[in-house]
Amino acid sequence: MLGNLFAGFYQFADVFAFLVLSAAGLAIIFGMMGVINMAHGEFVMCGVYVTAASYHAGLPLPLAQACGTAVAFLIGMVLEAVVIRPLYTRPLDSLLVTWGLSLVVTQGTLVLVGSTFPGIGTPLGGFRVGDYTFSAYRMVLFAAAIGVLGFVWFLFLRTRFGIQARAVMQNPGMAQALGVRRNRVYALSFGVGAGLAGFCGALYAPTMSLIPTMGSSFIVESFVTVVVGGSSVLLGTAPAAVALAVIRTGLNAWYGQIIGQIGLLVAVILIIRVLPDGFTGWLTRRTA
Amino acid sequence: MPPDPILEVAGLRAGYGGTQVLQGVDLSVGRGEIVALVGRNGVGKTTTMRCLIGLVRATAGSIRFAGEEMSRTAADARARRGIGYIPQGRDVFPRMTVQENLAVGELIGASRRQRRADLVYQYFPILAERRRQMAGTLSGGQQQQLAIGRALIGGPELILLDEPSEGVQPNVVQAIVRVLRSIRDDLGTTIVFVEQNLETILTLADRCCVMEKGKVVDAIPPGAVTSENVRRHLLL
Repeated sequence: MLGNLFAGFYQFADVFAFLVLSAAGLAIIFGMMGVINMAHGEFVMCGVYVTAASYHAGLPLPLAQACGTAVAFLIGMVLEAVVIRPLYTRPLDSLLVTWGLSLVVTQGTLVLVGSTFPGIGTPLGGFRVGDYTFSAYRMVLFAAAIGVLGFVWFLFLRTRFGIQARAVMQNPGMAQALGVRRNRVYALSFGVGAGLAGFCGALYAPTMSLIPTMGSSFIVESFVTVVVGGSSVLLGTAPAAVALAVIRTGLNAWYGQIIGQIGLLVAVILIIRVLPDGFTGWLTRRTA
Repeated sequence: MPPDPILEVAGLRAGYGGTQVLQGVDLSVGRGEIVALVGRNGVGKTTTMRCLIGLVRATAGSIRFAGEEMSRTAADARARRGIGYIPQGRDVFPRMTVQENLAVGELIGASRRQRRADLVYQYFPILAERRRQMAGTLSGGQQQQLAIGRALIGGPELILLDEPSEGVQPNVVQAIVRVLRSIRDDLGTTIVFVEQNLETILTLADRCCVMEKGKVVDAIPPGAVTSENVRRHLLL
């Protein structure tokens, strides 16, 4: 009985962690700058590859994961300044450019690194509850997802940067007229979004086969979560991840993985039909 | 020409797209003065204000603030240099609390370690009572007070104020006008404002500059700011 109950929670936690970790960076970039970052999966891949390379170079896994996150953050900052910044008033162009970038990065990685890269074994082993054995690392991923939400809450609601970022998000011109360096806020926000994508990749590096197209495995879930959640990580991504994780876990348990995936997508269609601005718009209206 | 000019504008031209709105604005404002920009709708008063803070790019002319050329300087740098801006419609950040709105303005002065929240709450006690309330839920008058407080908190030498009476109850407008005069008297802050409301102009302005077709074409000097003189230049 206890084993079955925990198995249900474990599956929910696993799906929830994947949705939050894969979507947080995308939601920040979309929410702050209105940019639909089609290269999001490639930032995840960057985190994976840098983590794996650092780990094979002899760094301990947590340090290798920090490297993966940091490199994605830095690349995000540079990319914002060089490529994205001139396109803020041209959302379709920014979508096209980031999609082009994703193709270049994927094919470039294939050419330069090859079709596969040595992986990392999943650390920490397993633990038993009732008749079942569970991976301890999956629980670390769940804790990391909660940690990411806490980090985003702290960053945007409790720091000077967060106040500036929210002001820019609501009225960029007025924020600038109050002395906020808008371009710096955009660059840092894009960097944080890219860094969180890299962090996601770094965390999932020990659980996956490393191939250049692996970013696409994160794309569907991350976009689905952002579409259902809307522009805010805290008001949107978090409740969307809970709702979608409950739906998917329930359908997985009763009807299997394929029905779970189909059910997830059907649920998304129904939710955006009822809540066109996602959970963010709904909760914002309720609290206004 | 005022004896100690803090703002000197010469031949300022600006517009939107291919439309030139400002056709060569000349304006000089002395330190500690309160100057009203008056004129009919569409003569370029708001564009002048937006151009002075840097939200509309000047295509020609110069803006000298405290002796420093500013016409090519970004809006955020102008704000940090000491120009406060309160736009038409106020533009408070609606999904941030009163306290957070003030904190955005406070960031400008943070490098000078000026924490002036107490001063703002002293001028506008209602903001202290509502410091945790979302700005979007405040009344028009309270939002105007917040917008002024947000500009004031950065310790500006010059405040640009666009239509302070718009959408605000007359009794609240008079309270705001009294505070603006106190701000000038207590802190020596220079104020340039755009206004259509005759009563506000008469009670606040030391002198007026009259705009027509994107230029300053006339002036009403100190002592001559009377109902009759101002009314001639407003669309009433």
